[in-house]
This record gives sequence, C-alpha cells and structure tokens, in this order.
Amino acid sequence: MTQLALVIDLNVCVGCHACVTSCKEWNTSGEAGFMADDNPYGRDPTGTFFNRVQTFEVGEFPDTQTVHFPKSCLHCEDPPCVPVCPTGASYKRPEDGIVLVDYDKCIGCKYCAWACPYGVRELDEHQKVMKKCTLCVDRITDQSLPEAERKPACVLACPTNARLYGDIHDEESIVSKAIREAAGYQLMPEWGTKPANHYLPRRAPALQTAGVGATANPLDIDGPMPQATEGRP
Amino acid sequence: MNPAFSVVFLTTLIGAGQGLFLAMVGVEAAAAAHWLDAPGTAFYVTGSVLSVLLLGCGLLASFFHLGHPERAWRAIAMWRTSWLSREVIVLPAFIAAVALYGLLHLLDHDATLAVAGPGVLLCLLLFWCTGMIYACIKFLQEWATPLTLVNFTLLGSASGLMLAAALSALRGDGHAEVLAGWALGLTFAGFFTRVAALLRNDRLRPKSTLQSAIGVNHPRVVQKSQGFTGGSFNTREFFHGRGPGTLRAVKWLFLVAGFILPALLAASYLDGGSNWKPVAATLIQFAGLVAERWFFFAQANHPQNLYYQAVS
Repeated sequence: MTQLALVIDLNVCVGCHACVTSCKEWNTSGEAGFMADDNPYGRDPTGTFFNRVQTFEVGEFPDTQTVHFPKSCLHCEDPPCVPVCPTGASYKRPEDGIVLVDYDKCIGCKYCAWACPYGVRELDEHQKVMKKCTLCVDRITDQSLPEAERKPACVLACPTNARLYGDIHDEESIVSKAIREAAGYQLMPEWGTKPANHYLPRRAPALQTAGVGATANPLDIDGPMPQATEGRP
Repeated sequence: MNPAFSVVFLTTLIGAGQGLFLAMVGVEAAAAAHWLDAPGTAFYVTGSVLSVLLLGCGLLASFFHLGHPERAWRAIAMWRTSWLSREVIVLPAFIAAVALYGLLHLLDHDATLAVAGPGVLLCLLLFWCTGMIYACIKFLQEWATPLTLVNFTLLGSASGLMLAAALSALRGDGHAEVLAGWALGLTFAGFFTRVAALLRNDRLRPKSTLQSAIGVNHPRVVQKSQGFTGGSFNTREFFHGRGPGTLRAVKWLFLVAGFILPALLAASYLDGGSNWKPVAATLIQFAGLVAERWFFFAQANHPQNLYYQAVS
C-alpha cells in the first residue's frame, strides 16, 4: 500500500509563501479550471487556496520563537471528510492514498468541510464545489515530465527544501526516514484521523544542546518532543 | 459554526411536519382503541396536506444550501457511510408515506393504520438521520452527544403536536385539549433535555488546542498571521461573527419562546380558554425553535477556527 504525503520541516520553513503561490499557479491553470480569486487588489480580497502558510509566536517576549507553519490537506489515512460525503465526490485513492474531490459529482453541500478538523477544504465561490490539495495529482503522475519534476508544485518551489514528498509506507523513502530520525509528528492526533502529512518539530539550536550558547531559548520549556510514530509511520 | 438559514429551516420545518404526522397517527390509534372519538376525515386530510407542505418547504430550503442543486439527486449514492445521504433517501420516502396516508383518508380507505405504521418508522428514522448528521462529527463536541438526537426528536415532535392542537382548535373537533396536553408533555420533556445539553456544553473542554493544532507543546502559542489579509471560506463558514452577548440573548429567547411561553399557553388552554391560545403557542414555539436551531449551530465550536485567529 502506497501512501503519498508531505513532510514539512518547521526548522527550515522561512514563511516565504513560495509554496502558496506556486500551488495556486499550478492548480489554477489545470484542467479542473481556475481557482476563485476575487478582488486580489481590492479592499476585501478572497479566494480559494489549497495551501496556506501561517505564523505563530511561541514563548513570552523576549524569549520567543517564530514558527512558520504551512498547512494543506494532510491526506489522512482515516479521513473523516470521506465517509460523510453523500455523493461519493470525496474519495481516497486506494493506489496512492491521495484524498481527492470529483468536481463533477460534488453538490457543494459543505458537509465534508464541516467534517475536517483541520480546515483545509475550501468551497470555490465560482465553481461552487469543494476544493482541496490534490498533492498535484496531475503533475506527479504525468509521465511526460522528467522524473525529478514529478513532485507537487509546492515541493519544487520551496527554496529551503522544507517540504519533503514521498511514500510514508515505504520505510526507505526520504519521508519515512525524516519522520523516523527527526521525530515527525501528526496534527491533532486526538481525533484519530491519522494524517499522512507529518511535521518535523523545532529542535533546540545545536550550540544550546551542547551546553553553550543561548540559554533563554523558549524551547527549553517546550517539554518532551512529540513522539515519532511506532514502526511504519 | 456560522448558521445557514437553509439548514435551520430545513430541520425546524421537517421537525414540525414529522410531529404533525405523529399527532395524527396518535389520534387515530387512540380513536381505534376507543379512547377518543374519531375526529373525522377532514382532520387527517388537512393535517396530511399541512405536513406534506412543511416537509416540502424543508426540502426546498435544503436546496438553498447546495452549490449545485441540480446535482442533488447524486446525494442518494453513499447511504452506506453518510448520514446525510440516508436523510436524503428517508425524507422523500417519508413525504410519500404522509401523502399516501392523507390520500387514503381522503378516499375513506380502511388501510390508513397499515400505512401509519411504516410512516411512523420512517418518521423516527428521519429524526435519527437528521440528528446523526450533526452528532456523528466527533470533534464538534457540542453536537457529538446522544442529546442531539433526543432534542431533534423531542423538539420537532413538540412543535408538530402543538400545530395539531391549533389545527384541531380551529376546526373545533374536540381533540384540541388532548393534543395540547400531549404537546405540553413533549415541550416539558424537550425543555429538560435541551437544558441538559446546554449544561453539558457549558462544561465542555475543547480537546483540540493551539498546541495540538500545530504540534508545539509550549504553554504560550499565539497566532501572528493566518496567511492572508482578507476573508476566506474558512473565516466565513465556521464562525457566526457575533459576540457572546448575542449568543446569550438568543439562548434566553429560545428558552422563553420555544418552551416557557408555549407551555404556559398550552397549560392555560387546558384550563379552558379561547382557541387562539394553541395557535399563538404554535407560532411562538416555532419562532423559538428557529432561534434554538440557530443557537445549536452557532454554539458549535469548530477546531479549524484555531488556525484562523489573526489576520496579521
């Protein structure tokens, strides 16, 4: 069983939004039609995005860390959005584990978005169907592209290589190794959705862990690092 | 959540239509057991027409919730997994049962109780499906309780029985007091289970936190940017945009208009009173239950809101 996924290294993400714009560029130009983008330069811009980069501040000033946090569909292994869909438009591909929406079957009832705790599904205000990250399914399966380019647009765009892409069920893949070696974790594990996408936690700077360098690092009181998942991620 | 009036009216209107059907079957069963006088054909025919109208208006309202109403027929496909799909199947089946029930009464056919049995089953199944659509989403903790099913059933039934009492009072067929008594009982029961749900929800602790949302254990995490300056589906769909004062006001409004006032009116009608009392009780209660359903949606706190707290 293949489960394609992204692994995002929070140590490396600089919050540049290149993944956001490249995602929008690729996916608004595809066969599925454009993604809503209203008043882009107006007072109240709004539109559909598959990917967002958010910024969080951890700690109390002056001992703070800025965490840039990219968020897109996590392609859960037990996706709560799929069984609730009344038409079967939302589905999880058995061959590679990608969660997709069939835009021709979607009736725009928004129930799947209610059933997603992560808020990664966005209704397109023009096509009136639910949209979400496809892991660039039209790109990663395109045999006419050189193999090195058969990756999601966001992964190719990331200037710091914060986004890894691969099969988390293949223990030798780059993503499985990253999850294993850097304690990759899942978002909101409390709901049992088993997200395929993982995040690599912030590490204390090497100098600090060696006992020299800055001591006022907020990660000191970060508690234990999130545990890596057992065996296969 | 941001309450959608299409769904608010869908659930309140079909609830009243279902309750009205249960009231008619209750009267017919009681008449068959000689506990009551038979109210006459017109009661059942008018009631069935009214019930079908309420259910039909509910169904119509639901279409306004869809981005692609012309594809609504597709929603019957996934009945194996989706409560919404099951509701989409059961609702038209129940409308057909009510219509057949009214037709048989119109024709003075004697198989009406034989249709009423499956009709009641479909009616209860519809309450179950509608309730489960909300109760099955486990991270909407305000909804994920059996009380959601109980409340949908009791509140819908109470409003339908009150409507039946009003109908009977206007017709003057002598059953209005019995029906008002039943409606009073259900309104009481619904009041207790709804207040139980309110108390339960007041004590809820959100399982998801900003810490679990982004996977950072530090006790102080603050969002500095949600990643965009304007609004999006995520900022519009999942929050009602009103302050806690509005929510409190709507809560008291629905407790008074949905339960206390109609109960007082029904009780005073039992003491002997004019026929406008059950009519007023029906109208006030329905308005109250619309407020109740608005509150039901508005109170549900979606964990996705953790990710959308600061523009920049």
